[in-house]
Amino acid sequence: MIPSDLRYTKEHEWVRVSGKRAIVGITDHAQKELGDVVFVDLPDIGQEVVKGNDFAVVESVKAVSDIYAPVSGTVVEVNETLQDNPELINEDPYNDAWIAVIEMLDPSEVDQLMTAEEYEAFIDGE
Amino acid sequence: MSELKRTPLFHLHQAAGAKMIPFGGWEMPVQYSGILEEHRAVRQAAGIFDLSHMGEFYVQGPGAYDYLNRLLTNKLAKLEPGKAQYNLLCREDGGVLDDLILYRLDKEIFLVVVNAANIDKDWDWFQSHLPSAGVELINATDDTALIAVQGPHSEEILAKVTPVDVAGITPFTFQKGRVSGIDTLIAATGYTGERGFELYLDASEAETVWNKLLEAGSDLGLVPVGLGARDTLRLEMAYSLYGQELTVETTPLEAGLNFAVKLDKGDFIGRAALQKQAEEGIKRRLVGFKMIGRGVPRHGYEILNRNSEVIGAVTSGSFSPTLEENIGLGYVSVGEGQTGNHIWINIRNKAVEAEVVPLPFVKPYYKR
Repeated sequence: MIPSDLRYTKEHEWVRVSGKRAIVGITDHAQKELGDVVFVDLPDIGQEVVKGNDFAVVESVKAVSDIYAPVSGTVVEVNETLQDNPELINEDPYNDAWIAVIEMLDPSEVDQLMTAEEYEAFIDGE
Repeated sequence: MSELKRTPLFHLHQAAGAKMIPFGGWEMPVQYSGILEEHRAVRQAAGIFDLSHMGEFYVQGPGAYDYLNRLLTNKLAKLEPGKAQYNLLCREDGGVLDDLILYRLDKEIFLVVVNAANIDKDWDWFQSHLPSAGVELINATDDTALIAVQGPHSEEILAKVTPVDVAGITPFTFQKGRVSGIDTLIAATGYTGERGFELYLDASEAETVWNKLLEAGSDLGLVPVGLGARDTLRLEMAYSLYGQELTVETTPLEAGLNFAVKLDKGDFIGRAALQKQAEEGIKRRLVGFKMIGRGVPRHGYEILNRNSEVIGAVTSGSFSPTLEENIGLGYVSVGEGQTGNHIWINIRNKAVEAEVVPLPFVKPYYKR
């Protein structure tokens, strides 16, 4: 089930928008493709990120996966729980396993992201 | 790139929902339920593996013993019929062409089991070194299925489907017998560090035996295991993997495989170079390390010393499901390899601290 209130990227990140804040995580599809997640490398608070550039890393037993910033801005919060409990990404990718909060430079960037419907069609076609 | 080959169990893996990946020219299951779960099943209960991608060569005839003794590094004199032996196939310069298991089926009949990715290369090597008479080589890879059952419950599971006294098959020995009615070579060998068996049988019977074993193990925790967990299981045992710890650029002495290199057995290909290296001393050695800082070491990452100088490279690394720590193997300059020495792994341009530890990371079953 792809949550309808989120926006999505082609790199399988999701974004939950709240004012100027974008909460970012990876999708259920992404965690299934990765397999058992054993490590998360979080960005630094205060780090400036550019849309489309990698800013975090999620590693499963077999794979290292870069996480790309879905929007530009400044990292204002990170989910430190993931450092000790990376498996949350497999268990609850859309809620407890949020990765970081980005304060957006230009909130209209969100409009360029896919809706749930568009994302569903995207992964079906992949 | 030619098309990927499929084992006789390919369709069963697909039906079981396995995730398939290319490996050594074959389309193989990397995982079924998940690598961590499969890994733990093998350590605590049992796992069944399709290893039919491995290469099987029969070497037979009055000249087979001398021929193999000259190609391989270990002492064949110690290998009586009914026994198995770990061996390396080296070039003249001591570089490793492959590592393999040699089974002596009879006085003049041997089975050589090689890595999937090396089948063609090894076959050419074996062919090109054949004497003019006295040795026959048969490549039985496509006709042979290899199914492994590994884990503390493996003996009990196998005993349900064979009249052979499996408890009597001690490590590195084998018996011929029937498994669910099918002629099988039952060998107590494996790549997991657990009590376990490798079953060699005709490819056309693979599905029958696989299904019977799964059924026999259903109440004993037996699960199918893919290449992902096979890799983490062998890494915890610090067993070398060809293409990572072993390549033509490394020698068995650097890899710490001295137990399988018998310089005093008479001449063999690579002996002179290895003798010289043994006398002069190796310059680098394979070590095991555990991460102290946060990060997962991966194949190819640089290894640094305290002064940020590159002293080697990681050959394998992973999260260890048993230890719940990040572990790795890698080559370092020989002076940096002592147990307890701190080294640093270059992970995405950050030097992350690690400590050299004794191997294996996890004790094999017979030492617990």
